[in-house]
Amino acid sequence: MSKMITSLLVANRGEIARRVFRTARELGITTVAVFSDADSDAPFVRDADLAVRLPGASPAETYLRGDLIVAAALKAGADAVHPGYGFLSENAAFARAVVDAGLTWVGPTPEAIEAMGSKIEAKALMAAAGVPVLPSGSAEDTGFPLLVKASFGGGGRGMRIVRTAEDLPEALAGAEREAASAFGDGTVFCERLLERARHVEVQVFGDQHGTVVALHERECSVQRRHQKVVEEAPSPAVSAELRERMAEAAVTAARTLGYVGAGTVEFLLDGDEFFFLEVNTRLQVEHPVTEAVTGLDLVRLQLEVAQGARLPEVPELSGHAIEVRLYAEDPARDWLPQSGVLSTFEVPHRETFGWTGHGVRLDSGVESGSEVGVHYDPMLAKVIAWGASREVAARALSGALLRSRLHGLTTNRDLLVRILRSPEFLAGETDTGFLDRFDLEPALVSDRRPHLVAAALALAAAHRAGAPVLGGLPSGWRNNPTQPQRTAFVEGEVTYGQTFAVDGAPVGVVVVSASPAAVLLEVDGLLLSCAVAREGSNVHVDSAFGGTTHELLDRFPDPSANVAPGSLTAGMPGTVTRVAVSDGETVEAGQVLLVLEAMKMEHPVVAPAAGTVSGLSVQPGDQVATGQVLAVVVA
Amino acid sequence: MAATEMLERLAQLEDERARSGGSARSLERHRTRGKLTVHERIELLLDADSPFLELSPYAAWGTDFPVGASVVTGIGVVEGTVVVVSANDPTVRGGTSNPWTLRKSLRANDIALANRLPLISLVESGGADLPTQSEIFLPGGRGFRDLTRLSAAGIPTVAIVFGNSTAGGAYIPGMSDHVVMIDGRSKVFLAGPPLVKMATGEDADDESLGGARMHAEVSGSADHLAVDEVDAIRLGRQVVRNLRRQAPLAPLPADAPLRPADDLLELAPIDLRQPLDPREVLACVVDGSRFDEHKPRYGDSLVTGWASIHGWPVGILANSRGVLFREDAQKAAQFIQLANQTDTPLVFLQNTTGYMVGVDYERAGIIKAGAQMINAVSNSRVPHLTVTLGASYGAGNYGMCGRAYDPRLLFTWPAAKSAVMGPAQLAGVLDIVGRQSAAAQGKAYDEEGAALMKDMVEQQIEKESLALFLSGRMYDDGIIDPRDTRTVLGLALTVVNHAPVVGVHDGWGVFRL
Repeated sequence: MSKMITSLLVANRGEIARRVFRTARELGITTVAVFSDADSDAPFVRDADLAVRLPGASPAETYLRGDLIVAAALKAGADAVHPGYGFLSENAAFARAVVDAGLTWVGPTPEAIEAMGSKIEAKALMAAAGVPVLPSGSAEDTGFPLLVKASFGGGGRGMRIVRTAEDLPEALAGAEREAASAFGDGTVFCERLLERARHVEVQVFGDQHGTVVALHERECSVQRRHQKVVEEAPSPAVSAELRERMAEAAVTAARTLGYVGAGTVEFLLDGDEFFFLEVNTRLQVEHPVTEAVTGLDLVRLQLEVAQGARLPEVPELSGHAIEVRLYAEDPARDWLPQSGVLSTFEVPHRETFGWTGHGVRLDSGVESGSEVGVHYDPMLAKVIAWGASREVAARALSGALLRSRLHGLTTNRDLLVRILRSPEFLAGETDTGFLDRFDLEPALVSDRRPHLVAAALALAAAHRAGAPVLGGLPSGWRNNPTQPQRTAFVEGEVTYGQTFAVDGAPVGVVVVSASPAAVLLEVDGLLLSCAVAREGSNVHVDSAFGGTTHELLDRFPDPSANVAPGSLTAGMPGTVTRVAVSDGETVEAGQVLLVLEAMKMEHPVVAPAAGTVSGLSVQPGDQVATGQVLAVVVA
Repeated sequence: MAATEMLERLAQLEDERARSGGSARSLERHRTRGKLTVHERIELLLDADSPFLELSPYAAWGTDFPVGASVVTGIGVVEGTVVVVSANDPTVRGGTSNPWTLRKSLRANDIALANRLPLISLVESGGADLPTQSEIFLPGGRGFRDLTRLSAAGIPTVAIVFGNSTAGGAYIPGMSDHVVMIDGRSKVFLAGPPLVKMATGEDADDESLGGARMHAEVSGSADHLAVDEVDAIRLGRQVVRNLRRQAPLAPLPADAPLRPADDLLELAPIDLRQPLDPREVLACVVDGSRFDEHKPRYGDSLVTGWASIHGWPVGILANSRGVLFREDAQKAAQFIQLANQTDTPLVFLQNTTGYMVGVDYERAGIIKAGAQMINAVSNSRVPHLTVTLGASYGAGNYGMCGRAYDPRLLFTWPAAKSAVMGPAQLAGVLDIVGRQSAAAQGKAYDEEGAALMKDMVEQQIEKESLALFLSGRMYDDGIIDPRDTRTVLGLALTVVNHAPVVGVHDGWGVFRL
C-alpha cells in the first residue's frame, strides 16, 4: 500500500474535487475527474487534467457507481482514488473494489470504514473501548426527546427529532424512506437527544506506521436540520484541559480501529462532559478550519500517508478560523433549495491563499454562470477566514460575505452574515439548537427602498445608454412634466425624477450619479455606492447594506398569463412522491395535499386555505417544473 | 435678479399648463371607468425613460377654449422610433374638436410629414364641437387627407382607438395604416344608433354598429383586438417595432457644453432693452461650447457660425445688437447659401428689433439687403429651426425665419415678444399720424383723448406681443424653459434629420454679398 501516486482520480464533484485537485497539482500528480452529464460544464471538470464521463445525472447512476468509477480510473491511468466526502467516501465495498483493482485508496482501510459504517455497531465498539457514548437503540433505550438517525449515511438526511411517543411512528417511516432513497439502506435507530449540547469533533490522522494523532478540535454546533452551517477551530468552549481529554478519547477511538488516514471523531459536548457520536472515516467538509489553525494541508497529508509517509509533529494551534457553508437555499422558506443559474458569483478572497495566514479562503464548486441543478447538494462554496482571534476571523468572514456578489439564486448569505454578527455567536454561545432560536426571516437589508431606487435609476440609465435614438437627452425629459418616471417592481413601484418614492411614499435620497452598473446615492447624509446588475427581469443591487434582488414587472403584462387564484405551484423542480388528496376533496388550511421530493428532501405542499381540491394534475412519480400548477384549492 | 424673475415666469407657465386637461370631476369619472388619462396613455406608449417634447401645450390660451385645446401632441420615442403622437383628451369636453384642436392636430400632421415621422393617433373623441362646426367642418377634412398622404409618402400611420371615434372621426382609424381597437371600448361607426334609426329605421346597438370585435372579425377595420388599454398600447408598440424604421445617427461627438444650462436663466432677457450676447447663450447650448464664427469682423449685429448640438452639425444665425444693418442682412444671406451648399440645417436665434431705418440706411439700400436676406431664408431648403430669445419685431422676424417662413419647429423663451413694432413705437406712430391728419384737416388735436388712446394701444400691443398670447394662437410650437434649449434643439435636430437634408443645389453659386 505504499506505491507512489502519480495520477489521482477524485470520485467526487464540486468544491471538494477542486480542493483535492489543487493539492495534487502542487504535488505534480495528474488529476482525473469523473463527471455526470449534469456536471459536464462544471468548473471541477475543467480543473482536472483528464475527465471521464459517467452517463446519467442522478447520483445512483453516476457518483454512486463504484464499478464505473474504478473503470474510469483504470481507463484514465490513475493509480489512486480519493473519494472526497459524501457519495462513496464511506463505502467499504467501494474502497475494497479500488484496492482490488490494484489502485491506492486514499482513505482508511475498508475494515475501518465497515466498523464505523453502522452507527449502532460503532457506538458499541467505542463504548467497549472506554469512549463515552450516548444511550441509543430503540426509543425505550433512550427516552424522549430522541433523535432518529439513519444507520448508514450522514449530512442530516434521514434524521428526525421526536419529542413524544405519538410522533415516533411517522418520524421513523419518514426517516426510513429518506435514508433508503439517499443511502440505499433504510435502517434507522434512536439516540438520546441533548438539546443544548455543542457539536465538537476532533480531527484525527493515522499513518501506516501505527501513529495516530489528534489535530485539535472543531466546533460545528451551528447546524440546520443536522447539517453544519458554521464551523470553527478551535471551539470557544474547549479549554486546554478539555482539549487534551477529547484528543485522548479521539485517539483511543482511532486506535481501536487501527485508523490510517484522515478521520473525524464527533462528540456532543455538554458542559465539560462529552459523548461519542460517530467516526467519519473521510476528510470532512470543514477540514479547512483545521488547516488554517495548524498550517497543515490535510489533503497533502492524506496523499503522503497513503504513500507510506510518516505523520509530522502535531502543530500548535495558531489563531482562530471560521468556515461558513454558502448554500443556494432560502432559510426563510424552510431552507428551500434553489436551482437555476448562478449568474454572478464573486466572493472577495485571497487567490493565493496558503493553508494559514490572515485573510479569506474560498473553496467553491461554482463560478459565475454555473448552473445549480436539482441532483446534488446545493452547497455553492465554503468561505473560510483566519484571524489572530475569533472576533477578527468572524469580522473578516462577515465582511467578505457582505461584499460578495451573488446573483441569480437565493442563498443563505444574509443569514450567515447575521449569525457571524450576532452577539450570541460572538460570545461563543453556540449549541446545536442555535439556529432553532435564531430568527431566520430578516434579510440583511432591512430598508430595501434605497436599493429599489438605485435599481430604477440604473435601469433608466441603461435605457438611455441603449436607446437607438435620442439617448443623449436627459432621462425622461419632458417640457411639460405631468407625472414622474416610473419603474414597477413586484415589491412596489418606484417613481423618480426630481424626487423619489416607492408606492407613493417619499424616499429621502439624493442621486449623485447613475449609470447602468453603478448608482451613487446619498441616504441620510451618507454616500451609498450601489452596484447594479440586470439579469432578465431581475435587478440585483449590492451595497454596503448587503445584496438585494428586485423583480421587475413587465410594463405590458401578457394578458393571457393569468393563473387561477388558489393555484398551488411547484416551488422548484422535483418529483411527486405522494398525493394525499383527490379532486373534490374538502381540505383544511395547512393540510398536506401532496409531497414533492426535490434536492433529496421531502417538501409537503399544503392547502393555503380551507376549500375544495380541484384540478389535481399530478400523480406519484411525476416530474414537475418550477411554477407548474399542481392543484387548485377553491375556497 | 433676472434668474429669479425668469423662474417666476416659468412657474406661471406651469400654472397655465396645469389648467389644461379635464376638471377634477371629469377626471374622476374617467378613472372610475378604468381608463387611463391622455398623459398616462402617452407615457405608457413611449419607451421607458425616453424624452417627450410636447407641442403647442399653450394652444387656445386666451381663447374661449381650454388651454391645450383638448388634444395632446408631441414628439417622442416608441420602440426606438421617433414618432409624432396625437392624442385626444377625452376628459376635456369629451375630447371634442374645436377650431384650436383642429389647428393643433394639423400642425402635428405637418411636422410628421415634413420630418417623415410615423404618426400615432390615440383616439377618443366625441367628434366636432358642434357650436363651432362652421370653423371646423370644411378645413377639418384635411386631417383625413393628411393621414393618407403621410401613408402615400411612405410614412406609416397608426391609430389606437380607446373609445368613441365616430362619424367623421371614424376616418382616423379608417385612414390609418395600422389600427388597434379595444374589446368592449372602441366604437367606430359613421352613424350611431339614433342616427341609423332616423336614416333607415334600423334598430342597432353600438357594438354591432362599430364595436371593436365586429371591426376585428367582420368589417376588417381593425387589425388588432386588445383586451384593455394597456394591451392596446402594447399592440401599438408592437406595430411600431415592426415598422423597422432606422433612426439617423448624429455624426459628431455630443459632448456637453462647458457652460452650465442654468446660466441661461440669468442670460435670458426679461427686459428686452438689455443687450444679449448670443455667444454666451451658445456657450450653454452647443457641443463642447465650440462655435466657429463666420465673418466675425463684418456685420457685427448678427452672429453667424458653425457648431453642433447633440452631435448634429448646424449653422447658427443669432442677433447680437437687436438692429439689423445692411452688412448683417447680406452676411445672413451669404451664410444661408453656404449652409445650403453643405446641406447643413440652420438655427435662428431671434432677438431683433428689425432692420435699421433712417435716411442714410435707406440710401445705402437697407431694403435691398433685407430683401436679399428674406429671399435667402425663403428659398433655403435645409431645415430651419427658430428660437425667439427676446425681441422679434418687424421684418426682422421675417428675415430671422419667423413663423411665416416655415421653420420646421419654432420655440419661444418665456419673456420674448413679437409684433410689427414695439408697443411704444407703434402708439407713437399712431399719435404722429393722428396729429398730421388733424393738422391736414385743420382740426384741433384732442391731446387728452390722444393720450388715452395712446395708452390703450400701447397696452393692447404689449399684451398681444407676449409669448403666451402668441403661443395660445399657435404662432410657435411652444414656450420653453431657457435651460432646455439645448435639449429641445438636440431633439429637433434629430427630428429634422429623419428627412433627407438637402440644400439648394440647382441655382447659382454662392453669392458673395
